[in-house]
Amino acid sequence: MQIPAPDPTIIARRSDIVARLRRVLPADAVIDDPTETRAYECDALAAYRCPPLAVVLPRSTDEVAAALKVCHAEGVPVVPRGSGTSLAGGALPTADSVILGIARMNRVLEVDYADRFIRVEAGRTNLSVTGAVEADGFFYAPDPSSQLACAIAGNIAMNSGGAHCLKYGVTTNNLLGVTMVTMAGEVLQIGGAHMDAGGLDLLGVVCGSEGQLGVVTEATLRILPKPEGARPVLIAFNSNEVAGACVADIIKAGVLPVAIEFMDRPCIRACEDFAKAGYPDCEALLIVEVEGAPAEIDEQLALIRQITMRHDPVEFREAASEDEAKKIWLGRKSAFGAMGQINDYMCLDGTIPVSALPHVLKRIGEMSREYGLDVANVFHAGDGNMHPLILFDANKPGDLETCEAFGAAILKLCVEVGGCLTGEHGVGIEKRDLMPDQYSPADMEAQMRVKDVFDPTWLLNPAKVFPLTVSAGRRAA
Amino acid sequence: MMKPETEDEVAGAVGAATEPLHVVGGGTRAVGRPVPGEVLNLSNLSGITLYEPEALTVVARAGTRLADLEAALSKEGQRLAFEPADWRGLLGHGGHPTVGGMVAANISGSRRVQAGACRDALLGVRFVDGTGAIVKNGGRVMKNVTGYDLVKLMAGSWGTLGVLTEVALKVLPVPAAAATLVVSVEGATAAVAAMSAALGSPHDVTGAAFVPGEGVLIRIEGFAASVEYRADKLEELLVPHGPVRIETDPVRVSAVWKRVTNVTLFAEKGGDVWRLSVRPSDAPALLAGLACEYMLDWGGGLIWALLPEGEDARARLGQFKGHATLIRASEDTRARIAPFHPEPPALAKISADLRARFDPKGILNPGLMG
Repeated sequence: MQIPAPDPTIIARRSDIVARLRRVLPADAVIDDPTETRAYECDALAAYRCPPLAVVLPRSTDEVAAALKVCHAEGVPVVPRGSGTSLAGGALPTADSVILGIARMNRVLEVDYADRFIRVEAGRTNLSVTGAVEADGFFYAPDPSSQLACAIAGNIAMNSGGAHCLKYGVTTNNLLGVTMVTMAGEVLQIGGAHMDAGGLDLLGVVCGSEGQLGVVTEATLRILPKPEGARPVLIAFNSNEVAGACVADIIKAGVLPVAIEFMDRPCIRACEDFAKAGYPDCEALLIVEVEGAPAEIDEQLALIRQITMRHDPVEFREAASEDEAKKIWLGRKSAFGAMGQINDYMCLDGTIPVSALPHVLKRIGEMSREYGLDVANVFHAGDGNMHPLILFDANKPGDLETCEAFGAAILKLCVEVGGCLTGEHGVGIEKRDLMPDQYSPADMEAQMRVKDVFDPTWLLNPAKVFPLTVSAGRRAA
Repeated sequence: MMKPETEDEVAGAVGAATEPLHVVGGGTRAVGRPVPGEVLNLSNLSGITLYEPEALTVVARAGTRLADLEAALSKEGQRLAFEPADWRGLLGHGGHPTVGGMVAANISGSRRVQAGACRDALLGVRFVDGTGAIVKNGGRVMKNVTGYDLVKLMAGSWGTLGVLTEVALKVLPVPAAAATLVVSVEGATAAVAAMSAALGSPHDVTGAAFVPGEGVLIRIEGFAASVEYRADKLEELLVPHGPVRIETDPVRVSAVWKRVTNVTLFAEKGGDVWRLSVRPSDAPALLAGLACEYMLDWGGGLIWALLPEGEDARARLGQFKGHATLIRASEDTRARIAPFHPEPPALAKISADLRARFDPKGILNPGLMG
């Protein structure tokens, strides 16, 4: 992965820049001690690291604006950071950039159950948004697996999803408004507690723009009343193809589960060894969760059972109690931890049309043999969002490079069958150089025009999303 | 009038144009400032190009008639969950709404409050920008965060950023049963309170409207046993707000929501029709300011207001949170009063800059959105 060379003139001015930041921010909001800035050298894509020039940790929208104005005037790139859980390198700094961390802005500003929204500072973690309203029977729907740690600001930047978006949608479908500061330090209010845009849908393009259009400091989020109940079933099959066909039939029959999770044999084994969830020995496992009133759950599960039986499952296990439900989810939820214990792994995030599932799984198996690296598949089958985990040994020379090449081949396959490079993690630096596989020069040009409007000097998170050669002219400008 | 039949023809027409083009799909929604220029009619660029019921996705060329798309979905027991409104009755237009027109105007109906808007179901677009370049964004899968989301930006841009040529949409199964609870309440304050109670319950309400004189309408959909169960629960919840009647006849349930979604109430009445998107609990005070005939949808978040011809509704409201759009008025009125809500200067500048970059010649429905 190529990281642009830092601008030596910025690094030479480091102490002046830090001094200017200190003049507009409280003393503890500016960090330049190299041992402390090191904590911000990477995000969850930990293979790539670089300590930033400095770190600012503002406590208000005004402080964010003040910091951005200084960086704008000094021509210093700024990398916004939520909780640093990006798997795509979205918050990876360069040596000439200032990290703008939003984590100290985590207050709840307003909760309105009658109008069904919550307004929070954007550094608040995803799970604690639900935490603020669940005692009153409400929840915030998008649930990325990092939800304990990840910030709403990062969720908005990456348009994060989660396991339950088949029914509830992703961040963009649950976002009503933002307060956002542009690179020039201008504070914008986009949207609010009402629905839809009165003019162009600027909120729609801000969400998922990977921190390249502005720094979101506050968000108005839709909250939903919690359903009366939810119940998962575990369905085991002896072939990936049959499991895939079963998913298609469930959806075609008009059932809309809140989640359909799919695991293949290598993943099932690892989870079982790690979490002892009592998973059966089989080729493919589905966890299907339905929710609603008791009558609704019963009716949906009866239909799912009927459809499943036509596909000759190895096992169909309904959770009879809360404990059994937890056990069914336990293995799936510990999948990443389980794999991490065995090996280093790279987690991919391509999305494919559900109809292409059997073909893609077969091809991934073949490619695994070609590249000589094992793959475990765990993914959101209902919406086609795959998370193949490629196992490699970081200490073995060349293994990371082989793994990246294999990963790129899988993502190209996703695009080939009508899908995309990333379903919920974002492009960041990780998939940046694959963008031309999905988008033509004209497609990327149209996207970059939007950045030209919001950030004409390309100072905000500049070396992400677009291949460096494609954005070179603009970044230099 | 130009009626291109392929995307390349659209690109050729836009690329060669030096004068304004009035971009239309079926021409059934004459909303916004009247647009000068030659008509670029997309209705010959039609056909469903891909439909995978098991993947809940459909892709269609922009000029495809909405009725044709809905018929194809219906055959597989599926539908567009956002319930696109048909404004032909309201606006007194003939013709056929197209898929591209629906997307360009981000048209949703009563189910928007639960299922999201047209823009939320939009998975991908292909369009021709103002320079004649063919651009695609998004795709045909449910989850896609590859690059910027121009899909949302195109939805509701009324042809001012580009000419849509193809759209991909998420579809959903048609539930087996539906019911409407009719709650007799008087006045907007009581109506919004009843709707908020229903929408704040776990009973998955898919429509919450108030038609003065008829009452609050609450819709639930799903499997038969579940609808029955939830109807009982909601009745219990809503009885304190007023007497409740439950309608389960499928024809009547469907008819009443068509009437709400399509704003049929105002079709036969004279005057200008305004559409306001607001915070639901603000609706009663805003209606007091409007002092006119009205109807509420989206739990009170959407106000349909009938005002005397030629008057700016915003003058009766002053500053408020949300936006007001003039949907039905004469050309004269639409030329005189901004049909789209004036944006704060900072956002207006961004919108103008975006238009200038997507349409540097200023030829795509220029001025339509103000």
